[in-house]
Amino acid sequence: MTLHAVTVPKWGLAMEEGQIVHWYVAPGARVSTGDALVDIETPKITNTLEAEGPGTIRRILGAEGETLPCGQVIAVLDDGESGEPDVDDFVKNAILSLEAKHPEETTGKTLRPALVDVGSGSLNYLAMGAPTDLSIILIHGFGGDLNNWMFNQPVLAAAGRTISFDLPGHGGSTKTVGNGSIDELALRISVALKSLQLERFHLVGHSLGGAVASKVAASVPGSCASLTLISSAGLGEEINGDYLEAFVVAKRRRELQKVLESLFADPSLVTSDMAEEILRAKRLDGAEAALRQVLAANFADSRQLFGLREQIIHLDIPIMTIWGESDLIIPATHSNGLPGSTQVLAETGHMAHIEKAAEVNTLIAKHIAAA
Amino acid sequence: MPKKSYRKAINEAIAQEMRRDTTVVVIGEDVAGGQGGTGEIDAYGGVLGVTKGLIGEFGEDRVIDTPITESGFIGMAAGAACTGLRPVVELMFVDFIGVCFDQIFNQAAKFRYMFGGKARTPLVIRSMIGGGLRAAAQHSQTLHSIFTHVPGLKVVMPSSPYDAKGLLIQAIRDDDPVIFLEHKTLYDIEEDVPDGSYTIPFGEATATREGDDVTIVALSAMVHRANAVADKLAKENISVEVIDPRTTSPFDEHAVLESISRTGRLVIVDEDTPRCSMASDIAALAAERGFSSLTAPVLRVTCPHTPVPFSPTLEDAYMPSAARIETAVRQCLGS
Repeated sequence: MTLHAVTVPKWGLAMEEGQIVHWYVAPGARVSTGDALVDIETPKITNTLEAEGPGTIRRILGAEGETLPCGQVIAVLDDGESGEPDVDDFVKNAILSLEAKHPEETTGKTLRPALVDVGSGSLNYLAMGAPTDLSIILIHGFGGDLNNWMFNQPVLAAAGRTISFDLPGHGGSTKTVGNGSIDELALRISVALKSLQLERFHLVGHSLGGAVASKVAASVPGSCASLTLISSAGLGEEINGDYLEAFVVAKRRRELQKVLESLFADPSLVTSDMAEEILRAKRLDGAEAALRQVLAANFADSRQLFGLREQIIHLDIPIMTIWGESDLIIPATHSNGLPGSTQVLAETGHMAHIEKAAEVNTLIAKHIAAA
Repeated sequence: MPKKSYRKAINEAIAQEMRRDTTVVVIGEDVAGGQGGTGEIDAYGGVLGVTKGLIGEFGEDRVIDTPITESGFIGMAAGAACTGLRPVVELMFVDFIGVCFDQIFNQAAKFRYMFGGKARTPLVIRSMIGGGLRAAAQHSQTLHSIFTHVPGLKVVMPSSPYDAKGLLIQAIRDDDPVIFLEHKTLYDIEEDVPDGSYTIPFGEATATREGDDVTIVALSAMVHRANAVADKLAKENISVEVIDPRTTSPFDEHAVLESISRTGRLVIVDEDTPRCSMASDIAALAAERGFSSLTAPVLRVTCPHTPVPFSPTLEDAYMPSAARIETAVRQCLGS
């Protein structure tokens, strides 16, 4: 028998505390792996915390409405049949050990992104998880940054080394993007991977980052062990040009918040804090010019100016494509006719890895394990 | 992201722009820090330490310590701006503006207009405003309404470290005279401020709290008092929106009208005397262009029409307090 602590998770670098919004379970409930336990709100977004293993909920220690620091024990899960005194002792010890730990340790604040030189500037990246032979590389989409993987990277990192990058011109990376083409972006990611001495890896890319990942996989044969594409660019002609333009143009929070709502099947997931954070990234010197350059090089009149379908079909590696059924940016039909497996998720928009984080994490973990 | 104080954010904005553009110079009393007196250079960095470190990095050709002659060095800065430099000049207390009226209102503010658009005056006048430090009637005024009244001046009133840095970089890059007003009670507040340079456009308000029942428009240090009231009332399920216009000229009329179109109620919190004030101006905006949205009279929470008192008790009563803001919000709601 073992008792397990369910704690306030740390989703993203900025998260220091979370608010308990809704408990799906009560003490005594039997849960299976992946069952929804509790909704937790961060300033940016609300997400559901799921059970990491099967068992019985023995204690609920955080009340709805309460705001608690990351790492705080909020429930106790029992995969055996522990006696009541054992559960009480476990709770006591869990709280004591939390207090004994350095605050930075419990909140994971020590995790910091770093810079890697790629010749034409530097790329910002975040490494998480113990070093392994094959690392998992995460590449975000247009206008995003490595924090887009905040619900995925900590989970995937349990299995090994993960590295998320800020694309050139995005996040903490240098704002120069050269000609802004997919080839250029992929080249810089390849240089970064080489500098970091990563020779074999799994690539996971979202949207524009999916196209970059595909290009990296095609250009460095033998280095990529598997490819996961989430609502990827480069697989068809159509793209929502109005969204791209509106995203670049938006200068006000409310305006940007409206624009961002088209990324999700459930628009209520977009908070004003999420919009403010993106606005702040867009205000940095050179950020808007970089976005404009990438836009001009790759998209025009709601069309993608490049296609990678041929190159992807010829890749001799396991490929998985994930798409939100209600994607308003790139239609889910672009996943048709690709090799490997295709997962189209219901009630999901363009940001499947955020909107259906747990499902996507499970899919990626399985895909990678089988590769 | 590193936490930085309002003071540090302003210092960083100036230093980064001085590195980027060699025409940016700093002018003012004690900006080098005690030079000319008996003190060590840079020991002090201005009366509140805002320009500390600049003399060491940029030297005395670009960090110019002046005698106590506001009328002289403000005029000098206006002339320098017309002839190719981008001066960031510090007027230690905004109260001293009286002796520089002509240089600012008749000269700097008018050059572009009177020379048919051919003259540029990229001048930033930084100045410290506000009460709360027991500094009496000649060192505690805000006076932002006076600058806002003058066409040709842009007027900026940051309430947070993040805004201070982005707005000051915008001000330095702007080709018109900008009055940049720093509230003296805000220098030590801290928040996340990016290391890199960024700009916040003028004329764009921000909502520091979002709500549906009442709109509070608050300026500079008053934003924090309004936020505290919003947070308190949120516990009673009263949902208060706080709008910080950030700049009074240009002024984001759209943000105020949009907000009251949802809330129907408006309270304006302005640390200033009430006559011919921003509070009156914003109330007029709501009356003229937002009247159909309003479900309650517009209320102003301001200082009384008197000089700032020296007595601590009287000064506390003089400033718009959280209690007075809360009373106004409740009055709007009829509760």
